[in-house]
Amino acid sequence: MTTATAKTKVKVNARPNWEEPPTPAGQAGKGLILAVVVAVVAVPLWMVVLTSLSTQGAVNEAGGMVLVPGGITFEAYRQIFTNQLVMHSLLVSLGITIVGTVISMVVTILAAYGLSRQNSWAHRPILLTLVVTMFFSGGLIPTFLVVSALGGYDAYWSLILPTAVSVFNILVVRAFFANTSQDLIDAAHIDGAGDWRTLWSIVLPTSRAVTAVVALFYAVGYWNTFFNALLFLPDNQKWPLQMVIYTYTLQGNAMPGTGQNTTGQYFGTQQIAPLAIQMAVVTLTLIPILLVYPFVQRHFAKGVLLGAIKG
Amino acid sequence: MTALQEAPAEKANASPPPQRKNRFRRDRSLLLMVIPAVVLLVVFNYVPMFGTATAFQNYSIYAGFLHSPWVGLETFRMLFSDPLFWHSLENTLVLSLVQLVFYFPIPIALAMLLHSVLNTKIRTFVQSVVYLPHFFSWVLAVTIFQQMLGGAGALNQFLRGHGLATWDIMTNPDTFKILITSQVVWKEAGWGIIVFLAALAAIDQQLYEAAAADGAGRWRRMWHITLPGIRGVIVLMLVLRLGNVLTVGFEQLLIQRDAVGREAAEVLDTYAYYYGVVNANFSLGAAASLFKGVFSLVLILAANKIAHLMGEDGLYRR
Repeated sequence: MTTATAKTKVKVNARPNWEEPPTPAGQAGKGLILAVVVAVVAVPLWMVVLTSLSTQGAVNEAGGMVLVPGGITFEAYRQIFTNQLVMHSLLVSLGITIVGTVISMVVTILAAYGLSRQNSWAHRPILLTLVVTMFFSGGLIPTFLVVSALGGYDAYWSLILPTAVSVFNILVVRAFFANTSQDLIDAAHIDGAGDWRTLWSIVLPTSRAVTAVVALFYAVGYWNTFFNALLFLPDNQKWPLQMVIYTYTLQGNAMPGTGQNTTGQYFGTQQIAPLAIQMAVVTLTLIPILLVYPFVQRHFAKGVLLGAIKG
Repeated sequence: MTALQEAPAEKANASPPPQRKNRFRRDRSLLLMVIPAVVLLVVFNYVPMFGTATAFQNYSIYAGFLHSPWVGLETFRMLFSDPLFWHSLENTLVLSLVQLVFYFPIPIALAMLLHSVLNTKIRTFVQSVVYLPHFFSWVLAVTIFQQMLGGAGALNQFLRGHGLATWDIMTNPDTFKILITSQVVWKEAGWGIIVFLAALAAIDQQLYEAAAADGAGRWRRMWHITLPGIRGVIVLMLVLRLGNVLTVGFEQLLIQRDAVGREAAEVLDTYAYYYGVVNANFSLGAAASLFKGVFSLVLILAANKIAHLMGEDGLYRR
């Protein structure tokens, strides 16, 4: 099993004795490349978070994004937490993410288990029906027309149901379920457990790693949902966070209730730079990802690889 | 997907197949479990698939699908005579090619580099940092790029501060394709290494030892053991990439299209969006989508065929 080898490999910490010792230049080169790679990702994030915490003075002194900590203030967060538009979009994003992830997980786990049993009736044609959608889709316009025809325009469910099932995720979970020992399942059946009971009490408890990763994938997808909101939600009172960032940070429109002007220039009288407020909203969308990430990260390889390169 | 193949061990375990009817009765609950997924896919994938028929209509939102007049290939004639359509096709293909050359090798190289680092702590740290941007939305990633490289971004503050000429990368149509590619590298290259790291870990260590005993240095070992060892995965990733040649980050381009203008930024997907949804010319948009869908399918089958000819598995086995 790939994952098993990967695990034991990580624990090998010593250089095998047949390998030539590393050259100092080689080591330095490697270290430099890795440091640059890490910096390219980490420095912009650091600047985003720091700018959101900076006073107007610090932002002005830096001329924009802040790299070196100057004056620190939570004023930007106080402003966005009292801003009706931002708070409402935060609630929308959280709601879409929670409801959507629950729906997606239920549908995915059920389908994955329903298709994972060897020799079950018609599982091959059904599987084929699902996989076809990975390679051919009707495209944007027909999907838009169908969702609109079903009343999805201006409705929150248009951000959830059209993207609720990922066939790839079903395949990942299914591959994991199919690895559950058949003896264990047979034993459960003999003891009188039906398929529902077996799924709940035998299969799910042994598949926590993969369900955690897949749940993270779904949750991140809902949290990041943007285009469907652009397509289906015309009213900014229903927008999720990503739409708010797009409109008020990326496009630089004035955010209602922050006293920020359209050109993104600073008001001399403002206590806080508009840039700090914008970056505070950006940081707000980073926080949930950063909170969940450490708990799921060690399972990534397990979740991704099983579906992707088994065999 | 290869995940479709059943493990042979399971086959040996399975009891002899019972009668068809009995199997149906036995598997009722399994079938019940599949229903929600099938319903969702039918409604939001299969119905739209048949909805592509609007490409052969002069679709009007008031008449609806059933009452709009059929016009045969007229929509496609309009599509193919629109220079902007050909321009967006060209942009799409050029972007794909640039990404193939400048993006594709990076995760492979990075994975090999990281695999050679023996210190577990450093490896884990680098991995957790570089995976992170994969979980950001494009809105977030582009916002960060704008704050770093845009006209008022960190780079230009630095240039201005040192009396140098400023350089607005975000709105320059000439360098736009490089910008798009570097955004893809920033966001996805780290995540892309996962598959290659696993493939590297699966290579038999004894091969390296034997090669070293035979006098092969580290570069020759890389060339004769490491690269052939991950060839299958590289080919698989290439097949997937080729099948997606006509798909280049829709959201990513959509949100940056206005900053550089459609000359540089219009691709097939954004073309379909602007004609279909924004200008409400649904039939033309559907025709552009259908053109893309059919060609992508042909491409992925062709790429898979090539993989088979090279003696690799590709997406599915023969």
